[in-house]
Amino acid sequence: MTSGLCNVCLRNSLPFVDPEHPYSLEELKVVSEDSIEVDDKLSHVRVVFTPTVEHCSMATIIGLCIRVKLMRSLPSRFKVDILVAPGTHETEASINKQLNDKERVAAALENPNLLEIVEECLSPSFQTWT
Amino acid sequence: MELLDSNVDLKELQKLQGHADRVWGLAWNPAPHNCGGASAMLASCSGDKTLRIWQMGPTHRLDCSTILEDTHTRTVRSCAWSPCGKFLATASFDSTTAIWKYVGGDFECVATLEGHENEVKSVTWSSSGTFLATCSRDKTVWIWEVQPGDEYDCVAVLQGHSQDVKMVQWHPLVDVLVSVSYDNSIKVWAEDGDSDDWHCVQTLNEGSSGHASTVWSVAFNSSGDRMVTSSDDLTLKIWDTSSAISQTDTEGFASWRHLCTLSGYHGRTIFSAHWSSEGIIASGAGDDALCLFVEEKGNSIEEPSYRLLLKKEKAHDMDINSVRWNPKDQRILASASDDGTIKIWEVREIS
Repeated sequence: MTSGLCNVCLRNSLPFVDPEHPYSLEELKVVSEDSIEVDDKLSHVRVVFTPTVEHCSMATIIGLCIRVKLMRSLPSRFKVDILVAPGTHETEASINKQLNDKERVAAALENPNLLEIVEECLSPSFQTWT
Repeated sequence: MELLDSNVDLKELQKLQGHADRVWGLAWNPAPHNCGGASAMLASCSGDKTLRIWQMGPTHRLDCSTILEDTHTRTVRSCAWSPCGKFLATASFDSTTAIWKYVGGDFECVATLEGHENEVKSVTWSSSGTFLATCSRDKTVWIWEVQPGDEYDCVAVLQGHSQDVKMVQWHPLVDVLVSVSYDNSIKVWAEDGDSDDWHCVQTLNEGSSGHASTVWSVAFNSSGDRMVTSSDDLTLKIWDTSSAISQTDTEGFASWRHLCTLSGYHGRTIFSAHWSSEGIIASGAGDDALCLFVEEKGNSIEEPSYRLLLKKEKAHDMDINSVRWNPKDQRILASASDDGTIKIWEVREIS
C-alpha cells in the first residue's frame, strides 16, 4: 500500500525537475516507506516528508497532494497527519500548521487553480513506471 | 434534577441525513414559533454549498423542510439566527454573508454582505438585535449594524489578529464581541463609550494562560459570566467574564481571566464547544467523540473546577465540527460531522 501511496508525481514548476522527465516523490526521496506510519487499529496515518531543498516553495503543494491522495485512497475513518521532516525546511512550523488545518485545506481545494495543480500532479499519466 | 448527583447517558434520538458533503455548522432557531408556529427548527450548513432547515413535525422528529441552494458558490461554513428568529445569516467560503428572511413559509435572500477578501468563517447576531459580526481568513472582524428595510451597514473593520479568524461570538447580554483565531489568541472587542469606535479591549494569548495552538470556537454560558474556548492544543479553557455584566461604561473594561483548563479528554483538535442553559458544556472533536462537562460545586474557597460528566466515543464516524444545545429544550443536543450527518441527542439520567 505504501508504494502505491508514494507514486505521487510532481511535474509542474518543481524547478529542479525537467518537465519532460517526471519523477515520483519516492524517487526524489521526498517520502519513503520509513517516513509513513500506519496504525490501523487507531485509524491513524502519519506521513513525514522531506522537501527537496530547505526553502522549497513547493513544500505546501507537495503536502497538499499527499493529503488529497490519502483522502481519496484511505477509508474515511482514518485521521491523517502530514508533517515536514524536522530540520528540513525553514518555515516548517508554518507549513505543518497549514497542512493540518482542515478548514484551510478545504478552502484551498475549492480554489480552482490550486485544485487543477493538485489534480495534474495526482493524475496517472504522470506516474513513471520503470 | 440535579445532574451532579446522577449518572447520565446520551441517547441518540435521530440521525439527519441529506447533506452531500461534511456538515460544518448548526444553529437552533431561538424563537421558532415566529416562523409559522414551529416547535423546533434547526439550520445546518455544509461543504455541499447549501443550508438545510429541519423542522419538528407532529411526530416529534425533525424533517428537512427547506434547502437554501444556488446562492453561495462555495462551502457554507456557519449559520446564525437573529434573536427574533425570523432572519438567518449564512457565512461562506465564497467571501460573502447572506441574510435570509422568513416570508410566508419560505426563506428569501434579502441581503448579501460583501467586503471580506476571502473565506468568511463565522457570523453571529448580537442579542440586542442591533449588530451582526463576521470574521474571515483575511484576519479581520467586521461589525455590521442592522438598519430598517433589511439594510446592513458596516460600522467597523477590526484589525488585530495576525492570522485567520475562526469564529466570532457576541456576549449574550451586552454588546461585547469575542473573536478566536489561527494565531492562537482570543480577542475581546467593545465600543468606546463616547466615540462609537470599536477596539480591542483585551487579548488572551498563551501568556495569559491562553491556548498554545489555533482556537476554533468560543461560547458563553446563559448568564454571561463564563466563556469556554476550544482549541487545536487539545484543551478547553473556561474564562471568568463576569466583569462584562457588572461594570459600567465609565469604568473602562475590566479584564477577563482564565479559570480552568480541561485537558486529556480529547485526542484531536476540539472544533466546537457549547454551553447549555442548565450549565452543561458539550464539546465535539476530531477524535469523533462528544464530551459533556459540569461545574464541580462546593469549592467556595478555591477556583471553580469542572469535571467530565460523560464521554461518548464514536459519536460520529468522522470529525465532529459543531455541537449545539437546543435553547428551548435544555436536554437536547445536536452534533454535526464530516460524515455528512447531524445527530440529535438527549441527555438522560440513569438510575
